[in-house]
Amino acid sequence: MSQEIIQKTAHELHDDLRSGATTATALAEAQLAHIDGHDDKVKAYLETWNDEALAQAAAIDDALSKGNDPGLLAGIPIGLKDNLVTTTGTTGCSSQILKGFESPYTATAVQKLYDAGGVMMGKLNMDEFAMGSSTENSSMQKTANPWNLNCVPGGSSGGSAASVAANEAVISIGSDTGGSIRQPAAFCGCVGLKPTYGRVSRYGLIAFASSLDQIGPLTKDVEDSAWALNVLSGKDPHDATSADLPVPDYREALGKDINDITIGLPKEYFTDSLGDDMRQKIETAVDVLKAQGAKVVEVELPHTNHGIAVYYILATAEASANLARFDGVRYGFRHPDAKDVKEMYTMTKSEGFGPEVQRRIMLGTYVLSSGYYDAYYKKAQKVRALIRRDFDQAFEKCDIIATPTTPASAFEFGAKSQDPLEMYLNDIYTTTANLAGVPAISLPCGLTEQQLPAGLQLIGKPFAEADLFRVSHAYEQNRGFDMGHAPIA
Amino acid sequence: MEYEVVIGMEIHVEIDTKSKVFCGCKNEFHAPANSHVCPVCLGMPGALPVMNREMVNKSVAVGLALNCEISRWSKMDRKNYFYPDQSKNYQISQFDLPLCHDGSCEFEVNGEINKIGITRAHLEEDTARNDHTQGIGESGIDFNRCGVSLLEIVTEPDLRSAEQTYAFLNHLKQTLLYLGVSDCNMEEGSLRAEPNISVRPVGQKEFGIKSEVKNVASFSGVQKAIEYEFKRQVKALKKGETLIQETRGWDADQGITVPQRTKESAHDYRYFPEPDLIPIAVDEAWEQEIRESLPELPLARKHRTTEQYSLSDYDAGVLTASREMADYFEACVAAGAPAKLATNWITGDLQALISDAKADITNIKITPEQLAAMIGLIEDGTISGKIAKDILPDMFESGKEPKVIVEENGLVQISDLSELEGIIREILTQHPGPVEDFRSGKMQAKGFLVGQSMKATKGKANPKVVNQILDQLLNEE
Ligand SMILES: [Zn+2]
Repeated sequence: MSQEIIQKTAHELHDDLRSGATTATALAEAQLAHIDGHDDKVKAYLETWNDEALAQAAAIDDALSKGNDPGLLAGIPIGLKDNLVTTTGTTGCSSQILKGFESPYTATAVQKLYDAGGVMMGKLNMDEFAMGSSTENSSMQKTANPWNLNCVPGGSSGGSAASVAANEAVISIGSDTGGSIRQPAAFCGCVGLKPTYGRVSRYGLIAFASSLDQIGPLTKDVEDSAWALNVLSGKDPHDATSADLPVPDYREALGKDINDITIGLPKEYFTDSLGDDMRQKIETAVDVLKAQGAKVVEVELPHTNHGIAVYYILATAEASANLARFDGVRYGFRHPDAKDVKEMYTMTKSEGFGPEVQRRIMLGTYVLSSGYYDAYYKKAQKVRALIRRDFDQAFEKCDIIATPTTPASAFEFGAKSQDPLEMYLNDIYTTTANLAGVPAISLPCGLTEQQLPAGLQLIGKPFAEADLFRVSHAYEQNRGFDMGHAPIA
Repeated sequence: MEYEVVIGMEIHVEIDTKSKVFCGCKNEFHAPANSHVCPVCLGMPGALPVMNREMVNKSVAVGLALNCEISRWSKMDRKNYFYPDQSKNYQISQFDLPLCHDGSCEFEVNGEINKIGITRAHLEEDTARNDHTQGIGESGIDFNRCGVSLLEIVTEPDLRSAEQTYAFLNHLKQTLLYLGVSDCNMEEGSLRAEPNISVRPVGQKEFGIKSEVKNVASFSGVQKAIEYEFKRQVKALKKGETLIQETRGWDADQGITVPQRTKESAHDYRYFPEPDLIPIAVDEAWEQEIRESLPELPLARKHRTTEQYSLSDYDAGVLTASREMADYFEACVAAGAPAKLATNWITGDLQALISDAKADITNIKITPEQLAAMIGLIEDGTISGKIAKDILPDMFESGKEPKVIVEENGLVQISDLSELEGIIREILTQHPGPVEDFRSGKMQAKGFLVGQSMKATKGKANPKVVNQILDQLLNEE
């Protein structure tokens, strides 16, 4: 019974809660019990909020029993990436420098989930400060891929993806700076959405790279993704970069035909670096869309090969400033042996930040330094504009761009952690959507020969998430196979 | 060899916005430490800045008053450096696209119009205050000032003397006060002026090596620092030394500047565009709206006051020193007071009362209309100027109408000939000595008799009439 409940999607549970088939309390209890029974293997959660979750669930049941509607996500167990600040529990970005930090305020996106009745289960592991593609850069613990415990869950939202794949959360929230939602979603076989830049408020998301970061949901299916975006979206007076545009009801996009849709296949994404297995998975997926009435054309994104370089220059430049505030003065870790201010800075940062974070701060500081600014930062900004233009031009020919999410499926622990550049190439298909600010989603599209999930990435026009959901849903409903559940789920 | 000094100014002005520049915290100087703080100005993880529109409006107003061009598109940048008075370890400022640029400002030096180029005026946030007085080895930080709206005005190196610089700074302060954008309180740090000073042989076109002087707490301090730097730099050059570009601190107690840091050890601020804020786009309509709301500025108002009221340059200068006094003056004249009399009363007795009470012309009880009414009472002979001087403090204290005070105290001037003649005859009888003296040619004895007459009437006698009667009585008998 409880096993069945926690396997359900949010939209299914929505009906069960209203029909009386289950209660929010029963659901929360089942979810907590499942986490308790499974997370010693998966290690997705850094902390769970048992008492708070049960209290929330009781309040939801109370409201439901009185005939009140407590919101779209009422009673739904939700996990939060550890870079979303909350007054409940701690927010540490999986870093020693912020371990145990209690935020005086709650992120706007999280508050919206609370307002919609979502039941928060706790905080999820991630690469330290969202820097990484395997969650191995967490200073707290290693999260395993529920499909194969020897493999990484991807990153940086590895805990978020693993929790959904292991049925330890119905929905989890992640953040995506260069693929940090989509790549782990692909690795763990769930649906991961990076909305258009500005669609979801970043207020309370601990910044990695401000011009690229975007909060989004990881879900079991496309419909849940649409439901979650309904709740998360909207203009926030606390975030100047949040878009002042109406939020459509994304659920209305589901179940509609895609006869008017043209799918673009960028030839730059289908090169030799893409494995045959993965290539075949994507081609099969595109055939499903074709069979549903979509037209397919080839498009060009000529600056794709500069994406990684541009991304690592701009993201690290912004990160070098964003992470400067972790200095031991006002909050977080302060080295106890420092004798003066300068020592406090150097000792606190040297001990508080892990090696990858330090590497990126140094890289970012370097590309902004006088004498190097023009050659790196400024040039990267110019190429970013070209990448944006690539997408504008491609979207004159098509509505949706289809690519693989990653070159290959999940890899084993330690396989790439010794070589940062090899690790960076995991983001080769995902960074450009962040650089262009466009929305993109990763959908499970079968299992590879290693019995690991493969991810199909669909990229849409700015603020055209409805189209993205419509096509994604059409694919999901007609792909002709069931992904099933991860072995640990 | 003759040397001349070349001066440019960097002026930081705290703009008087209700809330701080990027958050909703109150912008208030006198408050307990860390009482006006929030996640944004404390640089808490995840917090984001949002631009204060009032800051943009007031900054554009300053830009327009300084004849600047207003950027149709400007942006904020991050200026990176580590210091505990910064909550984020970067300051949000403007680097290559300031909101206001390429302006100029005319000001008076000893009655002559001078002009200075304004390079730029850009928006930024103020820093916190470090407090090292807490105890041994402990420092406190008060973040109330962190994130307060700050406008940095940078001038061209157009100034050529300490005196001229002093005049410019006073004019700039007057302009800012006219605009109502800042209280310009130098003691509280809401106006901070830092001169860039270099010297060069007279006739040479190239600029010398400049020093930037910090920590100057007053305009007279700026003047002294310039005078000191001029002497120091010329002396060094005459000795054949090479100057270095450096930042120096002003030591007000010793009246000297001391080296702080050289250009070589200067920070690399690694400016880059602030990704958390959207560009500031002030279009023509917005600029026009602000332009139309600008008050008449000091020089123009002084000029108009001279012309319109036929006043001396000096009187107009005193009256228009502040917008509030000029407004008071014009309201008084509008209520019927002759301009010159209004000027004398406002800049004389009234100003003295205001100063003694440490009050402000905007919040005194005596209205311009009441002052005009009082002047009217003198004009129509109801009271003497002497009585007016006596009742002004009462008006200032109570806010009562002058007529009421005059009536309540029976101070109406006695101009009635027969009534006064009676009183004066009495005095002449009482003081035969002075009467004799006068008649024997000691004309000053008359003054004594006038005084006695005024005393007998408690100052209410019309002095003109008293003189008339005395002349008549002394001569006839
Ligand atoms: Zn604040």
